[in-house]
Amino acid sequence: MIDSHIDSEQDEFIPKADHTHVGTIADLKSDNNPNGLRLTFALAGNQNSGKTTLFNYLTGSNQHVGNWPGVTVEKKTGKVKKYPGITLVDLPGIYSLSPYTDEEMITRNYLLDEKPDAIINIVDANNLERNLYLTLQLAELGIPMVIALNMMDEIAANGDVIDVDGLERDLGIPVVPIVARNGSGVEDLIRRAIGVAMHREQPPIRDICEGEVHKAIHSIGHIIEPKARARGYSARFVSTKLIEGEDPIKQAIGLTPEEEKIIDEIISEMEKATGLDREAAIADSRYRFITKVCSENLKRRRKIGEQSTSDKIDKVLTGKYSALPIFLAIMLFVFWLTFGPIGSRLSEGFSELIDTGIGIVDHALTYAGVSEWLQSLVVDGILGGVGSVLNFLPVILILFICLSVLEDCGYMARAAFIMDRLLRKIGLSGRSFIPFMMGFGCTVPALMATRTLENKRIRYLTVLLTPFMSCGAKVPVYTLFIAAFFAKGKILVIFSLYLIGILVAVLMGLILKSTLFRGTPAPFIIELPPYRWPAPHNVAIQVWEKIKDFLERAVTIILLATVVIWFLGSFDPKFYWTADSSQSILAMLGGLFAPLFLPLGFGNWQAITSLVSGFMAKESIISTMAVVYKAADQGLQTVLQSIFTPASAFSFLIFVLLYPPCIASVSTMNKEVGTKWTGFAIVLELATAWIVSFLAYHIALLIL
Amino acid sequence: MIKTLDQFVPGDQGEVVKVGGQGAIRRRLLDMGITPGTRILLIKTAPMGDPLEITLRGFNLSIRKEDARYIELKMDSPEEESND
Repeated sequence: MIDSHIDSEQDEFIPKADHTHVGTIADLKSDNNPNGLRLTFALAGNQNSGKTTLFNYLTGSNQHVGNWPGVTVEKKTGKVKKYPGITLVDLPGIYSLSPYTDEEMITRNYLLDEKPDAIINIVDANNLERNLYLTLQLAELGIPMVIALNMMDEIAANGDVIDVDGLERDLGIPVVPIVARNGSGVEDLIRRAIGVAMHREQPPIRDICEGEVHKAIHSIGHIIEPKARARGYSARFVSTKLIEGEDPIKQAIGLTPEEEKIIDEIISEMEKATGLDREAAIADSRYRFITKVCSENLKRRRKIGEQSTSDKIDKVLTGKYSALPIFLAIMLFVFWLTFGPIGSRLSEGFSELIDTGIGIVDHALTYAGVSEWLQSLVVDGILGGVGSVLNFLPVILILFICLSVLEDCGYMARAAFIMDRLLRKIGLSGRSFIPFMMGFGCTVPALMATRTLENKRIRYLTVLLTPFMSCGAKVPVYTLFIAAFFAKGKILVIFSLYLIGILVAVLMGLILKSTLFRGTPAPFIIELPPYRWPAPHNVAIQVWEKIKDFLERAVTIILLATVVIWFLGSFDPKFYWTADSSQSILAMLGGLFAPLFLPLGFGNWQAITSLVSGFMAKESIISTMAVVYKAADQGLQTVLQSIFTPASAFSFLIFVLLYPPCIASVSTMNKEVGTKWTGFAIVLELATAWIVSFLAYHIALLIL
Repeated sequence: MIKTLDQFVPGDQGEVVKVGGQGAIRRRLLDMGITPGTRILLIKTAPMGDPLEITLRGFNLSIRKEDARYIELKMDSPEEESND
């Protein structure tokens, strides 16, 4: 039995509850009782602990996704199924309450300042030692808490045994065994959480450490207690964080120089006595306590060093010779599923459906005899625009099914492991490979896939570089120009376009890494979780979240932008509606900017107008050209041959390759990195496109 | 024999004696349970030679060589090593 007596000074150490909850569980089960009891639970835990799976299970599709204030870390909240009176806040997956990453700071600030009614701390039973490290820190906050001991099915399957009651006794916190994947134990978990929240049962402060560290925590606790209490913080938490040497907490409670001096003396005495520095001393004592708790309550069947099934799979999947071929095969398979026959069949079917729908509306409007411009607004502007954007849906659906499965089964972490060496040279992580790869298909889902990247720096860099991968929608433009100008060197030209895109991305990565994204990279220490089967329910919810997010944007920002472009292309400068787009405002703007493109070899207003409409969708470059060059489809090649030279045609293709992607991508980018960085990306892409096209034009003039 | 983790070859095991470095990286190492006395086994290196895959406290971690050099270990003598 572990000596885990409840600290006698506990009452002094934890801020008293400011109120007790009045109400009944019935209140929580009802959705239409605004005056009844309402509770907020925070879900906290390590990455790979099954936190998202549990969140999805508890809230179903009843989730709200937003961002934490000031940072682009996703904030998910949801109402608990069967208990709509309980709001569940999904905190980022973290390993510690240290102050080094956005995710850790968000969690700390939320728990310290918002004070949820209870914390549900999800713990991976297979990885008890490391998971309990966060648990001990959470328990110091003085917030009612329950532990959800997850993946108990695997414990049983492995033949391991956990003494749940013993764990609960040693930690002093309710422990509920659950399996988040199938929901077993979850109902019990919620009831226990409601219990601790209603009774404001704060976790007891355990003496996790002995001797000098213990003495230091207590001495400092006494000094800072009034200030911590005034700020509403638990003195124990403040005291350990001060020993760990944290500035944020020092500033938050405002120590006087005298207090700081005494505290520093206590700490240096502790360091001398233990032979460990302040940070190591606390980490060490926490892990010592945990090791003790685990040795009492966890019996593993497998011996150390003995291989599990997961280890055997891993040997092949990340083996010296097999890793890269398998990785590439998986990537190509995902790409093929998404953009190959299956994806394109689905896309085609979907777009036929949309076109039929638009056709019906078109007929109805003609029948109703509405004015020509209104009909054009509805059919070409709104429905056409949204329709072309909705064509992305099948692609997003398939890609995110694949990505969720890869993420859930644990392969994504290996992808990062395998590709790290290559990609970190340009400041990225191995995981950035996935958005890049998908970028060759479509930039929209590629950018959406950056959400799982490890940190902000890598995420932003990846978002900035992904659009340089030549997306599928640009291929028709390439094909048209190649047929007209490069019939002989077809393969070479296509290949060079893709290669230039990649080279530009690499170069840009190197430049950005040593300029805007300079600074020490975040440590790349990631967990390689055991392989496991993905939970279908979880995959479904993750995919649905992506689809919902995209649909919301399709009917808001994307709709607005397409209507603006439709307006520019359908009205003349005197705001009269015109069916002849060469008379439109768009054509006038094209003429205005055309001189800027003279050095690139294609300074005619028609080319520029096509580029602008290409912002709506890359495919519309061709349809616009057909109109503004007044060429029927079969005649467009001939017309182009009379206007472009091979050199200017190549330069034009490079510009199409590198200039800002379509409005759907830009709005996705805006969602992922915010307006400021999206603006930067657009300027960067325009400048890059101009410079590279300029170089390409002049080099081509010499060669061709 | 004292070695830093980046000098280990796959199959080597040892006990942590010291965790160096500072700031975020050091804290991350400690938070992950790499504290003095912890046993670490180097499972393998990635196909391109870096990063490393290690196992400790019952879980596996990927760590770059540049970060692994902060971890000093007392290496087990060869006869104790696993033949894996």
